[in-house]
Amino acid sequence: MAEVVLRDLVKTYSGATVRATDEVSLEVADGEFMVLLGPSGCGKTTLLRMVAGLELPDSGQIVIGGKDVTYLEPRRRNLSMVFQSYAVFPNKNVAENIGFGLRVRGTPAADVRRKVEWAAQLLQLGPYLDRYPAKLSGGQRQRVAVARAIVMDADVLLMDEPLSNLDALLRLSFRAELKKLVGELGTTTLYVTHDQVEALSLGDRVAVMREGRIAQCDAPTSVYDDPANEFVGGFLGSPPMNFLTGTVERDGDGSRLDLGGQSLAVPHALSTFTGRTLRLGVRPEAIEVAGGDGALQGELQVLEPLGSSALLTTEICGQPVKVQAPPTFRAEPGGNLSLRIPPEACRWYDPETSLLLEVR
Amino acid sequence: MSTETRPAETTERTLPPVDTAPLRRRRRQAAWVQAACVAVTLFMALPIVLIGLSAISSRAALAEFPKPFLPSEYSFDTLLAFFEATGTVPALGNSVLAGIYTVFWSLVVGAPAGYALARHAFRGKDAYQVFILLVRALPIVVLSVPLATMFLRLDVYDTVFAVTLVHTTLALPTTVLITASIFVSVPTDLEEAAQVFGCTRWQAARKVVVPLALPGLAASSIFTFVLSWNEILGATVVTLGHRTLPAQVLTALDEASTAYRFAGGFALILPALVFIAVMRRYLVNMWGTTLR
Repeated sequence: MAEVVLRDLVKTYSGATVRATDEVSLEVADGEFMVLLGPSGCGKTTLLRMVAGLELPDSGQIVIGGKDVTYLEPRRRNLSMVFQSYAVFPNKNVAENIGFGLRVRGTPAADVRRKVEWAAQLLQLGPYLDRYPAKLSGGQRQRVAVARAIVMDADVLLMDEPLSNLDALLRLSFRAELKKLVGELGTTTLYVTHDQVEALSLGDRVAVMREGRIAQCDAPTSVYDDPANEFVGGFLGSPPMNFLTGTVERDGDGSRLDLGGQSLAVPHALSTFTGRTLRLGVRPEAIEVAGGDGALQGELQVLEPLGSSALLTTEICGQPVKVQAPPTFRAEPGGNLSLRIPPEACRWYDPETSLLLEVR
Repeated sequence: MSTETRPAETTERTLPPVDTAPLRRRRRQAAWVQAACVAVTLFMALPIVLIGLSAISSRAALAEFPKPFLPSEYSFDTLLAFFEATGTVPALGNSVLAGIYTVFWSLVVGAPAGYALARHAFRGKDAYQVFILLVRALPIVVLSVPLATMFLRLDVYDTVFAVTLVHTTLALPTTVLITASIFVSVPTDLEEAAQVFGCTRWQAARKVVVPLALPGLAASSIFTFVLSWNEILGATVVTLGHRTLPAQVLTALDEASTAYRFAGGFALILPALVFIAVMRRYLVNMWGTTLR
């Protein structure tokens, strides 16, 4: 058990012109489950590998449990890792794989056996202890990799996209299992993924990364509900947040946002932006179809029934807007819809910096 | 929508007859491939079979033509005569020793070089790879005559050690390149996992990489052994009294009897065949995973 502190980590791969991680700082509390989320090439895996000691940073510092480990060899960091490719040893059977780290450490054979059996029990690998990895399914290999990591009693558990090679159904069931398991162990965990659903479901906190920097680091609900910038809003959610561009205009006592033909009443606090362009962010599931006061007219272009909901692709004043409607919703494409954007679902962004404005 | 099921609709329609022409074409092609395989095998195996038959026939049966499939008279006279000839047994010993030493040294020197090529990016890597092959670009004579002079000065001329040195030099380029391709096929992840779980780089290589590379390393050593076993020119240049078997046979060939020639040929082929047969099992998979 230990907290992990990363300070100003910079890493540039030889031959690369851009920094893989650009002065990344992050603090992971003892026992916290931290998810690093981002598109491929955002530096999340590099960050994890630096914590593991498989890459060395150009500058910056890594502290685990109050001890500086920046340039320490991987084996002296007391951590364990689950690899994306599982990386189970094909020349060792399941029991040998799980007990590998303990045996290298010189743990007495009886203790190794006891711990291997405990982990195998936990991950339902009991019947397969004598098998070689080639005779296991992908899901079972993944369990072996997790079992091998948890027997170590490591200070920090690192996971590099551990579920990405499993098929969709297996991923879903194993995700919940993993959450339960790690919750019971209480180990500090760093988990890398590009899957936003995984990130939101597993993390105590989610660090969304982009181009070597952390764009936002917060609790899953905060990251989802209040994206700190347009990138986070546009990356999280399926479909992601809609962004509409408009100009703030004075309208009697209040203010309105002119979207180019139609306008929308906006909070009074935005009156300071009168005459300026703003970006309105709104989640597809927050938009209500069918009328009421202040509804906007949108042209329905595509209707996709998705089973649990119906996804509408609409256009408001020439700007594309995705709307998540109830599954029973039916309408002919080409027609007009009344769309209401509830004021409490609106987030405001500066079009130049793409940053969230503190306005409600 | 109608409630009729689709299969019912399709059975009522008349369909064109099944066209078996593509299937027949495929079978014909398979037969051709089979025939070609048999032809190539015969081409390779026939000389070996003839030499083998002659080697275990009596002297009288040697002249027989056409050859029967099995020798009319079994006799080990021919082989005995060959092994009783002066110098054969020591030469055989020299050849085996030179082969084993060459395998050993080319692995000890070449495998780490192959590992470095596979795992690390370093300046001049491409040039180095080409440079390694340069040894093979030199004719063996050009290589071995200066070596012979040097061996004379160092007092190692005419020893198995000298032959080993020449053969190791010849084998190294292929050993380095083959082992490099083997190490490339062992996932880096496995090595990293070993390191995270407490191994030093050296331990990770020994516990994880080497066992997985073993089939490939075996293949590489077969190659090296056969190279050493068959090499004549270099071995002839750097030895005089302590010849390897091929060098010995070659020297004796002019004045030897037909029986000696066949027996000599047989003795040269057999160990290489046995060695390949033994090592073959390492070429195929060991734990259900196949590496090159």
